[in-house]
Amino acid sequence: MTSTHGRGLLHLAAALDHEAAYDGARHLESARLAERGGLDFVTLGDSFARPGPDALAVLSRAATATTRIGLVPAVTTTHTEPFRVQAALATLDWVSRGRAGWWIDVSRTDDEARLFGRGPAAPAAALWREAGEVAEVAALLWDSREDGAETGDPAGGRLVDRARLHPVDYTGTGFSVRGPSLVPRPPQGHPVRLVDATEEAARTVAARHADVALVRAASPAQAAAVRDQLRASAAEFGRNPDGLRVLACLLVDLGDGERAAERGHGGGGPRQTVQGPLYRGGPVDLAELIARWHTAGVVDGFHLVPVEPGRDLERLVNGTVALLQHRGLFRTFYPGSTLREHLDLPRPANRYAATAGSTS
Amino acid sequence: MSARPRSRVHLAVCLPAAATAAPPVGTGAESGARFRSRSRSEASSRSPVDFAAYERLARTAEAGHLDFLLLTEPAGLWPREHPGRGRDLDVAGRPEPLTVLAALTGVTERLGLAATVDASFTEPYELARELATLDHLSVGRAAWHLTGTGDARDGGNFRRGGCPDPAERDRRAAELQRVAAELWDSWPSPDEPARPFAHRGRHFDIAGEFTVPRPPQGHPVLIQDGNTPRERESAAARADVVVTRHGTLEEARVRYADVKRRSARHGRGPDDVRVMSGVGVVLGETAAEARERAAALRRREVSPLQAILTLERIWGTDLSSYDPEGPLPDIDPVPDPALPQGRAGRGDTVALAQKWRALSREKGLSIRETVIEAGRTPSFVGTPAAVAEELVRFVRNGAADGFVLVPDPTPGGLDEFVDRVVPLLQERGAFRTRYRGTTLRAHLGLPEPAQTR
Repeated sequence: MTSTHGRGLLHLAAALDHEAAYDGARHLESARLAERGGLDFVTLGDSFARPGPDALAVLSRAATATTRIGLVPAVTTTHTEPFRVQAALATLDWVSRGRAGWWIDVSRTDDEARLFGRGPAAPAAALWREAGEVAEVAALLWDSREDGAETGDPAGGRLVDRARLHPVDYTGTGFSVRGPSLVPRPPQGHPVRLVDATEEAARTVAARHADVALVRAASPAQAAAVRDQLRASAAEFGRNPDGLRVLACLLVDLGDGERAAERGHGGGGPRQTVQGPLYRGGPVDLAELIARWHTAGVVDGFHLVPVEPGRDLERLVNGTVALLQHRGLFRTFYPGSTLREHLDLPRPANRYAATAGSTS
Repeated sequence: MSARPRSRVHLAVCLPAAATAAPPVGTGAESGARFRSRSRSEASSRSPVDFAAYERLARTAEAGHLDFLLLTEPAGLWPREHPGRGRDLDVAGRPEPLTVLAALTGVTERLGLAATVDASFTEPYELARELATLDHLSVGRAAWHLTGTGDARDGGNFRRGGCPDPAERDRRAAELQRVAAELWDSWPSPDEPARPFAHRGRHFDIAGEFTVPRPPQGHPVLIQDGNTPRERESAAARADVVVTRHGTLEEARVRYADVKRRSARHGRGPDDVRVMSGVGVVLGETAAEARERAAALRRREVSPLQAILTLERIWGTDLSSYDPEGPLPDIDPVPDPALPQGRAGRGDTVALAQKWRALSREKGLSIRETVIEAGRTPSFVGTPAAVAEELVRFVRNGAADGFVLVPDPTPGGLDEFVDRVVPLLQERGAFRTRYRGTTLRAHLGLPEPAQTR
């Protein structure tokens, strides 16, 4: 699929964070709203040390309240069990029928380590090295059961074709996993993996394992530089760089009406803040910014983080997105049903099935 | 708290991991076209983790006003292996239970939602947070079935690794439960902010602040197995629901009294813990038909290959050259130190083999017939009226507070139970006709947990 604008389809995603409702009701409302706007996916951040419910559980709940939108919870690779993490994400893919993603993140603080009785937090480089190993073993485990290995034939004495199960026997620096997974191969083959590549230490993992990389850039030039770097690095890892979507991550404050009240701010682009680049202005200006960056081929899309979720997401969907749709720059319906299809990414072939095929 | 009528039956349904892949067994024209047509549609289910099957089961359970749905993992975490060969039924594949239950909160309103949790390789902070989230998402319907499974092969998938011996596993499970309660209790109420916690014990040394507010139920409902005295002792101290293996009425009465006596020793009242018996139910228009169906189900479950594989689990050696329709091997089992300890029937395989050989000799049974006979799921088999009568009799005679049904076949089998047995229980005044409360604790008539500190 191609687009006449920029380098490909425009991809849009939104964060559901800052919703303090523990029963998930407000998350669901926001997820439905984002789905009405045709967004590729919603994310939900998570941390063991921050108030908030378990993100993966909340988005599993959201899976039954939505039908098309991708669901991307943050799940840390530090302190968690890789075997369980991949199983939970594969299950999210099953309950959402192919809409699961995984925001791969690390737990950086001593406070988080203490919750698990572990020593001081490791340096960022070590945390991300482990994250890369977890991402790798997760993919191995997702392949460890070939598609359709479950034959469902108890009369013949077997529910699974054992020849299509593969132990992974993976040994990382801090953990090992035998496999195979207990969860049948997810509908998407591999749930979509997302990495915030802003931090230098995370870039290798993003280039090597991510389907989607986020970049917190305040200018088009900055975003383009990181995107080029990520694509080059992905190619060095033997990947096709076109299999990596790079989205600019912006905080958005759309409280200023149709156009930017503060002249030169919204129109002039985002400003760097402690939390990251912040766009402040109106929905129309934001649509113009998105169109401009994307048409220039700087990024594949945007991940937008509403500053005030109730208000800003509504303005984003009904204002910015509606305008982009009107201009033919963004989809008005979901042509596919899985998150990979929204992102125009292929379903990964199973490495074990490929091997078996070539030798037989 | 007002006294609960003794005759009230509690009902739950348990979905073993592999079961959804099994196409339901056709039962012949006599059991009705509706059941058979349903069977056909289910046989086309794409995968054992197709969410539609879980959704359907949960909706049926809720339509029947059951107390809870339990997603379990009967085969442990690691596909069983034999020297060089696998036991295929155990590796059918299953989803991660807590994630499925979180999704099910969206398609149910009252049904309790319980997940089996492995105690050996789970960290308390993460677990307490996941369970608290499930309780919030379901607004008070979460439960966990704490089991101490785990062997060297399971351990091979986890950071902690290894193969804890049964006693150590029990201690870790008990401490895991205590820490989870400490974390939940660190929030005095959902609205009062958390107090910092610090726990230092044999297995866990953790501190900080728990970041999910106190769950609506205070603590999610804790379910533990109570088949052995050791299990009963541990469950009696803290569990809200104790699941026991079904047996004769007399056996069940003894176990029931044992649980209540032990829990009284821990300062708990008779209504602080529910004893539920795990059972299969096979229905028929007549008693004879039900018996035939039960036998057909077992024959279907235990194929010739399956019979040999089951035997290999006990003998620990390759028995593929044996005829499933022939006699049992007269050699003794080879003990395998890597095999899990403490699972039912795993303790002394030599003794078990002798028992099976005696059974086979006594009744003149082949390998396959012996496996069928020895491995029978304890079941209520009969007409709906007879089964309803039996369920009530157990409860009225102090043999159980209720039952965890293992429907056979799953999930269609639950429909038949809900359609045909539940109304009879309701007519007898032995089962609710609507949910009166909104939380699982309310369904079970369990008190709010006291703060542990």
